[in-house]
Amino acid sequence: MKETEISKHTISVLVDNESGVLARVIGLFSGRGYNIESLTVAEVDARAHQSRITVVTSGTPMVIEQIKAQLSRLVPIHKVSDLTLAGPSVERELALVKVIAAGEKRVESLRIADIFKARAVDATNDSFVYEIIGSPEKIDAFIKLMEPLGLSEISRTGVAAISRGTLTM
Amino acid sequence: MAERILSGSEVVLQALADQGVEVVFGYPGGAVLPLYDEIFKQNRIRHVLVRHEQAAVHAAEGYARSTGKVGVVLVTSGPGATNAVTGLTDALMDSIPVVCLTGQVPTHLIGNDAFQEADTTGITRPCTKHNYLVKNPDKLARTMHEAFHVASSGRPGPVVIDLPKDILVGKAPYLEPAQVQHRTYNPVVKGDRAQIEEAMEMLASAKKPILYCGGGVINSGTQACKLLTEFTRMTGAPITLTLMGLGAYPASDNQYLGMVGMHGTYESNMSMHDCDVMVAIGARFDDRVTGNLDFFAPNSQKIQIDIDQSSINKNVPVDIGIVGDVGHVLEDMIKIWKAKQYKIEASALDGWWKEIEGWRSKRCLSYKQPKDVIKPQHVIRSIHAATRDRKTYITTDVGQHQMWAAQHFGFEHPYEWMTSGGLGTMGYGMPAALGVQVAHPDATVVCFTGDASIMMNIQECATMTQYRLPIKTVILNNRYMGMVRQWQQLLHGSRYSESYSETLPDFVKLSEAFGFTGLTCNNPADLDDAIKQMLEIDGPVILDVAVDDKENCYPMIPSGKPHNEMLLGQETKGDEAIDSDEGMVLV
Repeated sequence: MKETEISKHTISVLVDNESGVLARVIGLFSGRGYNIESLTVAEVDARAHQSRITVVTSGTPMVIEQIKAQLSRLVPIHKVSDLTLAGPSVERELALVKVIAAGEKRVESLRIADIFKARAVDATNDSFVYEIIGSPEKIDAFIKLMEPLGLSEISRTGVAAISRGTLTM
Repeated sequence: MAERILSGSEVVLQALADQGVEVVFGYPGGAVLPLYDEIFKQNRIRHVLVRHEQAAVHAAEGYARSTGKVGVVLVTSGPGATNAVTGLTDALMDSIPVVCLTGQVPTHLIGNDAFQEADTTGITRPCTKHNYLVKNPDKLARTMHEAFHVASSGRPGPVVIDLPKDILVGKAPYLEPAQVQHRTYNPVVKGDRAQIEEAMEMLASAKKPILYCGGGVINSGTQACKLLTEFTRMTGAPITLTLMGLGAYPASDNQYLGMVGMHGTYESNMSMHDCDVMVAIGARFDDRVTGNLDFFAPNSQKIQIDIDQSSINKNVPVDIGIVGDVGHVLEDMIKIWKAKQYKIEASALDGWWKEIEGWRSKRCLSYKQPKDVIKPQHVIRSIHAATRDRKTYITTDVGQHQMWAAQHFGFEHPYEWMTSGGLGTMGYGMPAALGVQVAHPDATVVCFTGDASIMMNIQECATMTQYRLPIKTVILNNRYMGMVRQWQQLLHGSRYSESYSETLPDFVKLSEAFGFTGLTCNNPADLDDAIKQMLEIDGPVILDVAVDDKENCYPMIPSGKPHNEMLLGQETKGDEAIDSDEGMVLV
């Protein structure tokens, strides 16, 4: 089992929505030297006071197994699910992308936004803010295309993910 | 049941009483004055006043490790809490159940840099199993009970409850322990039956089996230790214990190979290296045990039993990983072994034992006691001999003396050996002994320490005197930080940088200044008399023994080396420098 190949995993964690719980998760990753490529968190069940954390991480199979085991033993954590292993899943991210440009560049950015189904959610004579939703790869591609067209600021939410079909956490 | 409304402090004390707490180790301060007032008004719970908060946690650890109960600590906010951090980390590394109550500034002042304010939950998050900040009085009783549940169940560990002063002073409802349900934390105790069956089949097919057992067996309880002994005898396999596991299996038994790891026995490490099936029970493949992972037990199939899923496949990949309480799993193992009438092939096992006897015949722990200077190993063995017919508990500090104690003091029962294994905390020994002696007032408690370690919590001499705790502290005094000196000799060209104890106190005068007896010994011929005198004195004693300052701790697996490249002692090989740049960067 001496596998050294590093792979990317999306892990969903159901936690009690209490103070310090995010710090516990982040502290675990930094303290043990694990990667965080993206992390999102929000309350998903107000009545049960539960939040869902989605963390995208990478490591060898042994490290990924460790991450899940280490997360599982934190007291306020209810469930840990490796969406990458559990089967097909949907991963979505939202980005707000500000482009400041004039003339042909401004028009070209609009055309590309149209192709990517990004919406302009704010416009001035000098700028657009595009909202784009999709897989992280799609957003990466969109941002790359915006670079020569006056890209000036990006805000990304990080990945939210869920299993396809009837499978639940 | 109608809720009882009490003051916050009353709730805390009531919860401690209902959790069966008999003693609290602590140190007062501004933020916890309401709790101390409540302690003053009652006499169900005894308070032991230490002289430094780190010592309070070590004392609670000693209490917990020698009784199997939860140790309880009470300290104030700010420096009280930060001083406790080393002890908490120690308890986390060695899986010792401790509940530590810390005072906190009133909730309206939190975050204002108030006097003696520290972000205690923030600071202790990575060094506790879990921690709580109680901001709502309705949650106080629940939090108290949950903390005991978390500290003592699953893999035990330290839990901090941070208590703002206004919560202690204000009103709060009390709930009995039975009224509290634990929502998320309910660890698995029963192991998976199919996996256990598979594991027993694997073990039965072994030709060179070994059982490698650690502190998890002791944490599981005396029954688990009995089951381990039964299982070991049933299989006929050799057994080795980690530093934290000493006492889980009787040291005098012939199937016992001695301790495993960096300063373990030759036979134990060679058997680990050459085995074909290894059963790890409540042991976590620590780097001090495995040596170089690339060469660790290269031809073996491995079975690991641990209550903590994250201990399985962490350092060493295993073939079968069973998550469960060691006691429960051992029970199933014994049942299955009997039901299937398993037996390790006799001729293979005989051959394996012959090999082991060959390694044993090296007598890797042997030493010669000359006429002119006391060998440190001899002190340990002499005290072991002198205390054999007493109920004796041993604590240690950290360094050479700790390893010599582990090697030369034979532990027959669990709970009698208290040492700082994972964190390696100098200054652990004397405060841990306080906790042990408080728990076992009639037993003999010996703290083996070094001339450097003893200085790290020397203030606890005052606690020994105040509570008339007749602890026997034995200093193996070589005027060096011995283990540092040994590594400097072996790895750094004998450049003894800052490891010499230049100005040691006169330990006899120091003992007298604290109000108890100090003894010295520097002549091998006088050692037995000094030990006898020490044991006969009805009170604390420090025995300062001048030992051979050049003695190194052997055998030794140098850092970065595999088990089968152990260095043996002076009798066989000699204090040669280790030719390894790799070893120099490791710890």
